[in-house]
Amino acid sequence: MRDDVIICRCEDVTYGDIVRAVERGLTTTEELKRILRCGMGPCQGRTCSRLITRIIADKTGRSIEEIEHPVVRPPTRPVEIGVLAGDDEDRRGTGAPAGDDEG
Amino acid sequence: MRINEHPILEFVRGREIGFEFDGRKLTGREGETIAAAVHAAGVRVLRRSIKLKRPRGFFCAIGRCSSCLMTVNGVPNVMTCVTPLEAGMKVETQTDKGHVVHAEPRESRPGEPRDLGHVPLAVVGAGPAGLSAAIYAGRLGAESIVIDENNGAGGQLIKQTHMFFGSKEHYARVRGIDIGRRLLDELDRVPSRLMLGTTVLGLYGDGTLSLLRDGRHHCLSADAVVLATGASENMLAFPGSDLPGVYGAGAVQTLMNVYGVVPGDRVLMIGAGNIGLIVAYQLLQAGVEVAAVIEGLPEVGGYHVHAAKIRRAGVPIRTSHTILRAEGEDRVQRAAIARVDRDWTVLPGTEEELDVDTVCLAVGLSPNCELALMAGCDEAYVAELGGRVAVHGRNLETTLPNVLIAGDASGIEEASTAMLEGRIAGIEAAQRIVPNVDRSKLERMRSEAAEGLEALRAGPFGEKPRTGKEAMFRLAENA
Repeated sequence: MRDDVIICRCEDVTYGDIVRAVERGLTTTEELKRILRCGMGPCQGRTCSRLITRIIADKTGRSIEEIEHPVVRPPTRPVEIGVLAGDDEDRRGTGAPAGDDEG
Repeated sequence: MRINEHPILEFVRGREIGFEFDGRKLTGREGETIAAAVHAAGVRVLRRSIKLKRPRGFFCAIGRCSSCLMTVNGVPNVMTCVTPLEAGMKVETQTDKGHVVHAEPRESRPGEPRDLGHVPLAVVGAGPAGLSAAIYAGRLGAESIVIDENNGAGGQLIKQTHMFFGSKEHYARVRGIDIGRRLLDELDRVPSRLMLGTTVLGLYGDGTLSLLRDGRHHCLSADAVVLATGASENMLAFPGSDLPGVYGAGAVQTLMNVYGVVPGDRVLMIGAGNIGLIVAYQLLQAGVEVAAVIEGLPEVGGYHVHAAKIRRAGVPIRTSHTILRAEGEDRVQRAAIARVDRDWTVLPGTEEELDVDTVCLAVGLSPNCELALMAGCDEAYVAELGGRVAVHGRNLETTLPNVLIAGDASGIEEASTAMLEGRIAGIEAAQRIVPNVDRSKLERMRSEAAEGLEALRAGPFGEKPRTGKEAMFRLAENA
């Protein structure tokens, strides 16, 4: 594979970036995410995580089954912060947090 | 370009509406997405990537990737492949992470209450598995809400112009598009409500669902949840694989069979499994030229009936071939392929350049089991089922109480098996939540569905899922 092939399309992370990171000892998807941001863009790794897992497996000689997957957390798709923080009329301008009153 | 004549589909298009794209006046049709409208107008570059400024175009068509994010009416990062086009919209190519132009807080929108209350059964996904789950649970007395992020129900069935195989009870010789309609008719006869245009953002272990609907956040609680969220397409990496003009096969189906827009003029199909073969045939139906179907393995993976149909139409199927690269200025203008040996090593001197403007990827699917995993279900990697899946038993029960999973979300198979799995999950949900459920009716329905599933998996093509499911059931028993 050519070094300049894009693996993570959201964050523009290339095959070469990932291989060099794996060679430096970053051999889990979580570590790669933290250093390279691959899988942290708007698609949350849906396009690239399989490819990344395969590269780690190839370069470390481990089987795909053995490679930990990143943790899945809500929300399933990018949303505007206002959607989650709430835009209810009664909370506006009161200085109260937009979530639970007790929050 | 729009399809005007089609042997099976008739496109009922909405009225023509005007919108602006990068300052140019364009027209689209009411009811189509922004991405479909700009694609039909010949636009291929929808955005530039954030660091390297590489062109990005239409890719997944189902709101899963980030390829189609554009700035719409000043709001950046709008997923244009799932956002309906509106008259007068100002659509712009996005060239970076996006800037919030409107700093004003939005007007609070009156609408449904944020807390949507309680429902006995929540089904996520209105495809073949989800609809079947709601129908069968309903027949046993379980009231349900079926939630889907698309604005139409039927899941992938609405894109299937081919007739199904199997026995009559399993809709053999009926086209996928018609199966979807029949399921919706059946759903009408049970106490179930469809909630479309609604994305499930989260599922929590206590049966609470977090929903995004009309730009607002809502909560719904359920006694039981059936996850029938389908699958996502696998990506293949090669030089140029991120160029506009490289599409997932599902995206090509959506563009052609839902919106009546052709992906390009000449296509190279990667993958000779059922999806690759079927979509190649659908391209021919839409009047698009298919330069070749290539397959890395030495044999065609899909049904021979499908392979024979496209061979008869003059499309070569080249086994033991891989794609080397796609090239072009801001869009695919050609692609190179070569022969490989059994270890996928390219054989020198076999490289060929093809004059194509579209590369379609049909290289497998992965189950969408994110909701199950975030709720806390145990997971396992089972290659035969398509990768990472929620651990589940024969009745499609996960390791969390009253969370069930069915269809491609529980392991990649076909629409016919998805419908039967949906039934089984719906029946199991009813058993768990319907007080005084009719036991004998329930057991009869369950054994019918189980036998049907066994019959569908009995053939040579059922071997892979059969092996995968057996391994999964063993894991569930030990969980």
